[in-house]
Amino acid sequence: MTETFHLELTVNGRPRSVDIVASHTLLDVLRDDVGLTGTKECCVVGECGACTVIVDGKPINSCLMLAAEADGAEVLTVEGLAPEGRLDALQQAFLDTGAAQCGFCIPGQLMSARALLQRSPHPTPEEINEALAGNLCRCAGYEQIRAAVLAAAGEVQS
Amino acid sequence: MKDQGGIGARAHRIGGVGRVTGAQQYVADIPVADVLHAKLVTLDCAHARIVSIDKSAAEALPGVHFVMTADDLPKPMPRFGPEYQDRPVMADGETKYHGEAVAAVVADTKDLAEEAVRLVKVEYEVLPAIHSLEAALAPDAVLVQDPAIRRPGPNVDSNILSEYHFGWGDVDAAAKEADIVVEHTYDWPSQTQFAIEPHGFIAAPDDDGIVVWSSIQHPYQLQKTVAKVLGLPMAKVRVFAPDPGGAFGGKQHTKLEPLVAFLALRAGRPVRLILTLEEAFQAVRRTGARIKVRTGIKRDGTLVFQDFENHFLIGCYADTGDRVSAKGSFLSAGPYRTPAVRIVSRSILSHTTPTHPMRGFGIPQVTWARESNLDEAAIAAGVDRLEIRLKNLVKYGEEHVPGDTPADGDWAQTVRKAAAEIKWGTPLPQGQGRGIAIGVKSGPTTGLSYSTVRFLADGSAIVFSGTSDMGQGARTIYAQIVAEELGISLDCVAVVMGDTAVVPYDQQTSASRSSVLMGNAVLNACRDIQRKLRARIAEMEEIADAAITIDRGVMRIADREEPLPVVLARVLGRMGGEVVGNGEARKDAIAEHPLGGTALFFEFNCTAVDVAVDEETGETTVLKQITVGDVGFALNPVQVTGQDEGAAIMGMGQTLMEHLIWGPDGRTRNLGAIDYRIPTSLDLPKELHSFSIENADGPGPYGVKGISEGSLLCTAPAIAAAVRDATGAVIRDLPLSPERVWRALKERT
Repeated sequence: MTETFHLELTVNGRPRSVDIVASHTLLDVLRDDVGLTGTKECCVVGECGACTVIVDGKPINSCLMLAAEADGAEVLTVEGLAPEGRLDALQQAFLDTGAAQCGFCIPGQLMSARALLQRSPHPTPEEINEALAGNLCRCAGYEQIRAAVLAAAGEVQS
Repeated sequence: MKDQGGIGARAHRIGGVGRVTGAQQYVADIPVADVLHAKLVTLDCAHARIVSIDKSAAEALPGVHFVMTADDLPKPMPRFGPEYQDRPVMADGETKYHGEAVAAVVADTKDLAEEAVRLVKVEYEVLPAIHSLEAALAPDAVLVQDPAIRRPGPNVDSNILSEYHFGWGDVDAAAKEADIVVEHTYDWPSQTQFAIEPHGFIAAPDDDGIVVWSSIQHPYQLQKTVAKVLGLPMAKVRVFAPDPGGAFGGKQHTKLEPLVAFLALRAGRPVRLILTLEEAFQAVRRTGARIKVRTGIKRDGTLVFQDFENHFLIGCYADTGDRVSAKGSFLSAGPYRTPAVRIVSRSILSHTTPTHPMRGFGIPQVTWARESNLDEAAIAAGVDRLEIRLKNLVKYGEEHVPGDTPADGDWAQTVRKAAAEIKWGTPLPQGQGRGIAIGVKSGPTTGLSYSTVRFLADGSAIVFSGTSDMGQGARTIYAQIVAEELGISLDCVAVVMGDTAVVPYDQQTSASRSSVLMGNAVLNACRDIQRKLRARIAEMEEIADAAITIDRGVMRIADREEPLPVVLARVLGRMGGEVVGNGEARKDAIAEHPLGGTALFFEFNCTAVDVAVDEETGETTVLKQITVGDVGFALNPVQVTGQDEGAAIMGMGQTLMEHLIWGPDGRTRNLGAIDYRIPTSLDLPKELHSFSIENADGPGPYGVKGISEGSLLCTAPAIAAAVRDATGAVIRDLPLSPERVWRALKERT
């Protein structure tokens, strides 16, 4: 019999209480149990960054975290960036610079970028490259993504 | 009307908001009620004879619905493929590549499907696998394909799928006229498209038909294939094609959709199969190639002849391998005035992943060889590497391939721009080097696109287009055209794509065709609306049609000007309604042409780079990368730059780090993101600049040409040339990994 776990966590400010399969990752739970599919699945080995979310203020690859480890945590996903339907500065900057091409990596890029700006509100281009090095973009919109993060720097509310 | 988001505007991407909020739904994000989960059973080798499959333990697991094998599919096994119908729905008695499915499990959950896969017992005998050109062409080589399913021909008893001969002039006679002849062989490794979205498929029975969701570039080809395999009328096959999360050629054609359709029909319920990244690596790849080039020049650098022997290592099924070999090779000699050219091109079957084109469609492989060999000839002659290119480059309107479309741009302008931006001829410090290369690619040789535009009563519009918007931004381009032609703002235009039951036919999304072909179809649909408005106004005002002109959203009658939304309101009157326009764009086939048609346009790019090479580690750093494309007209400059810079970085990655590695048993050894490296934000050129040459001389709306392959066509020879310039090391195999460069430095003479 599959082992289950009762998980309580806050996702984008909303308390969630779900019975999950104990072996499932946070990525599985966000997508399949909570139903928030903005967080993307690609490599599931922590290399591509498509599944990046912010857990208790830190960016993590949600494919590498057992959901049970997030019990009691505050999780922010891409859906939580514009809760009132108004884009935040980073999202707007991504649109302005044309950073989102196919878009599949963008939720992960946004979460890594947000975490960067929270710890370093005015990053240098090199710091941005470093902070986003774990987020692959095959469209290779890296120049536009970096430009977007620079443009948004300082405007993100923590 | 740039200020309203019309043509030439730096308009925001249509669909951009969904992409930054997470609302954009890719195939794996689409909720389908009552869906079951499929998982493939594969073997840990490339080539094997299947002795038996015992599915009893898997099927006994509660929650597992069934395990499907070849025995459960129609006899003979249905086969399909874009050019040759040789790919079975599932391995039939034998696997031919690492990752080919021998069975598929359908279960209530993904976990159960995975567990059941481990319970399927497959007894099999491993057979010798061919994964190199040498092995495939050896006289006693195992035949990858049974001659019985091959098209009859002289090569049917070999692993040569197809052989093409192109060329002009008399190479043997010309060779006697050359002062300098340089011959070398250049290798391009197999690579993978690596879209960040792995392929996803869902199928569901739909009354007496079927619905299929797929992350596909060519939904209408998929519709046709599924209909044929299932024996259904095309009208009973509905394909939903949500925007692919990147494709790069790897999502062009049908792969596992027929299998998922059979699973869904048997289950009587929707079934989904979302591939892992490792499975996506095993679903498709780009062909590797070995290109032998002999170039003859005069002492002053004038080209006398070129002689090519091209071998493309394709997979076990033809897929698009034959076409990549043909179309890539046809332009082997590039954009130059070469009096005599001989090209032999062969596509070679092997026990490896079936191949789709990847960005560039065979052109990067041949360009790598040609441009590198041209450099070697120039150096042998003591001619400047830029000068040899400018000297031999065809002029505007001059043919580079006799009988094909002549040069459709001022290509020297592009090359001179790149040379100026890299400061060609200025000195570099010790340890640094400079290279320049030119890429040219035929756009589509045939094409057919339809579009419908509905001009709604309030002056907004809906565009229907069968293009797949996989990141290139097709939606935005079409909306900009409609905004321009109907005189409305961009935020009043909606674009509907991705549903073959609703949106009219489009041949495919490839070859950078969409801005030109579908762009013209959208433009023609707008013109159809304009015609209808004019006819109705002529009737209402009792004047001749000819007295009314409509241009770019404005109607003029004598001195009177009226915006089209106002005209529309008058025409519709109190009844309301809408005016519907239909548009078509085609590029007809030419039966006697070797490629079935001439180039609709050329993608032309010149890339110049400065690199630094670390002599201790062999590591190459691109200091400066200049890419200049002849784009005709940049309908949306932000998207043009995004596409071209993306191509430039992808090209750099393919030059420096990307290759698939096969083990002796034909297993792919570097499946997935850890072992197959692509550029990250830490691997970028220190400086990257993309420039567009705009002379409005393309065949698309307002003079556009396709641009999306761009810099990738010629990045590799430019970087390799710069490495040689920096170090003297000549490397003719890609990638230029630190290890390979380091070895070349040690062996340098």
